[in-house]
Amino acid sequence: MTTLIKNATIVNFNETKKANILIESEMIADITTDEPKTDTIIDANGKLVMPGLIDMHVHFRDPGLEYKDDINSGSESAVAGGVTTCLPMANTNPINDNAVITRDMIAKAKARGLIDLLPIGAITKSMDGNKVVEMGDMINAGAVAFSDDGLPVASSDVMRYALEYSKHFGSFVINHSQDCSLCHGGHMNEGRVSAILGIKGMPREQEEIMVSRDLLLAKLTGGHIHIAHVSSEWSLKLIKQARDEGINVTCEVTPHHFTYTEDELMNYDTNFKMSPPLRTKSDVTAVREAIANGLVDVIVTDHAPHHDDEKFIEFDKAPFGILGLQTLIPLTLNLVRDGLISYEKMVELTSTNAAKMLNLKDKGVIAKGMLADLVIVDPDMEYVYDKNLNKSKSSNSPLIGKTLKGAAVKTIKSGKVVFDFPNVVA
Amino acid sequence: MSYTKKDLITTSNLTKDEIYHFLNLAKEFKALNNSDVKKAKSLYGKTTVNAFFENSTRTRTSFEIAAKRLGADAINFSSSQSSTKKGETLIDTINNIVAMKTDIVVVRHYSSGAAKFVAANTDAHVVNAGDGLNEHPSQALLDLFTILEHRGNLENLTVAIIGDIFHSRVARSNIYAMQTLGIKVKLFGPPMMLTGMEAFGCRICKSMQEALEDTDVIIMLRIQLERQDDEVTFPSVREYSNFFGLTRAKMKFAKDDVMILHPGPINRGVEINSDVADDPRYTHILNQVENGVAVRMAILHTLISNKQG
Repeated sequence: MTTLIKNATIVNFNETKKANILIESEMIADITTDEPKTDTIIDANGKLVMPGLIDMHVHFRDPGLEYKDDINSGSESAVAGGVTTCLPMANTNPINDNAVITRDMIAKAKARGLIDLLPIGAITKSMDGNKVVEMGDMINAGAVAFSDDGLPVASSDVMRYALEYSKHFGSFVINHSQDCSLCHGGHMNEGRVSAILGIKGMPREQEEIMVSRDLLLAKLTGGHIHIAHVSSEWSLKLIKQARDEGINVTCEVTPHHFTYTEDELMNYDTNFKMSPPLRTKSDVTAVREAIANGLVDVIVTDHAPHHDDEKFIEFDKAPFGILGLQTLIPLTLNLVRDGLISYEKMVELTSTNAAKMLNLKDKGVIAKGMLADLVIVDPDMEYVYDKNLNKSKSSNSPLIGKTLKGAAVKTIKSGKVVFDFPNVVA
Repeated sequence: MSYTKKDLITTSNLTKDEIYHFLNLAKEFKALNNSDVKKAKSLYGKTTVNAFFENSTRTRTSFEIAAKRLGADAINFSSSQSSTKKGETLIDTINNIVAMKTDIVVVRHYSSGAAKFVAANTDAHVVNAGDGLNEHPSQALLDLFTILEHRGNLENLTVAIIGDIFHSRVARSNIYAMQTLGIKVKLFGPPMMLTGMEAFGCRICKSMQEALEDTDVIIMLRIQLERQDDEVTFPSVREYSNFFGLTRAKMKFAKDDVMILHPGPINRGVEINSDVADDPRYTHILNQVENGVAVRMAILHTLISNKQG
């Protein structure tokens, strides 16, 4: 099976060029100006072709909470968002804290065949914060990193051990940075809006204290700490200082944290309730600057489906989290439109850096010999993100029903077209 | 101008005219309440349900009396007897109540924003009778009515709200309504009960003396222990009383004609000592309770008038 993507504007992290992409079987066989005869031709004229996006932070709720999403619907959401590789977090039910579950998750994704699923194992057994999982066994089964995401690892001693042990296997630890002793039942950012609404808040310092601790533990151990969904200005300052001093730290941000402020909560809309919470204008500005100046390594979605019934409820009872996979491209393109980053930088943040961090040598770049994981993007297409387009079983996104600009019009995984935007020819 | 919205959820969007509409109407209903036959007909044939998901005695009774005096069939519903204990959602419970042809639902709930959520998802008129830490609009209106009745006007006033401000829905509703009327509002309390209160643009006082001096009305708030789960609160009730309670000794800083209000129930000897709370020169606490019925009659009457209009 051969495919030619012709008239492509290929965007890599280091260059943009016009060329044709020849795909043979699963691989990119050539980048060429020729037009060899192939089984299929895709005309990408006027569109951007990027490496398939890699989302290092999703929740597919499978096993155990499949009514919210499962690996199949999660895969469909991913490719509809141009994402061809997903790293699901471990807070499933049962928790992904052992090799058996890791293998099962991978097998289910393979059976559906839309994406590569690279599970993140729990840091601790049952995510109880006490005993580190069998990391080596889980890595052999296909786990790529470790996180108790959704919960912080409260014990410094356990975190130290996790960093040391993951380093031994060449892996890394992702912490959900939250000092819960500073939460007291908070449901949003503590500040002006929480005071007005009468909702208990979570101060930014709750995140910053834990970021500080983990940076110090990374200094102590030499382990690699990856700071998940950074949301505060001071967290970024701390990360910058640590990186300048040679500490092995990487970090991620989400589109909702570089797009929205806490002001969105003024109507108690549970679709804006997330953890870490939406913060202030100065935090959003800091996150955007950190993206522009290279401090942020990857953009992730923290795709967190919750059933409609769970969000259609009193604000303080509703769970944290929103969908993200299908809004990753339009919200990230806003950064390009705002002049904050280039298309090349967008590719670096959504694909190339993740491939490097995860040591995925055949992903993250469009070049001869790489896996044919590709997304064809129309940056200017306007459309309503409605329930027909939404592939998740859940619809907990504040963007449902809104007009978005920019979309994956065709997603190709290992040489096969796995998503076509309805009624659009690419 | 009369009030034309479907619901009464907040004082933050009330205009000056709308506030006076409720206060003027309350004056008429208070006169009715003081007559021999305490009965009007504006809610005759209507059904009101007091849907209380949080314990209350005086507010629920006040709304019940208000509805009955206007001729409505007033039904009380409390969550301890309700289907929410069986796992039914708030909105399903409300929709079942409304399906029984209820005209007005008076909601008290422990979650901030719950009344707004209910109002947005039902056709019945909704009155917020206190939602979490957020608002308690009828309490703010009855406070204003009590002040207006005693002083004759609401011009050039300074009001001090003292105590557990953060956890007080009474404080929020009062702040909004008072600021709309041009009343200066001062706030004072322990720092952990003032978190984020700069957001309201009120003067934050550093001492009881600062709060009491040049103040026309003192609103003392109850410590909301039931809304402080897992929170680090003040060190002790004894210390709270010493530094933040209103005592006879501290009254030397207050004006001679100062009014003292309290939304109740009072923790005697904690936020206010009995010799102040019961001093007829200052206290208007029972007037507030009496006026509450008239204000709630004004609210129910107005919402039903909107429906008919």
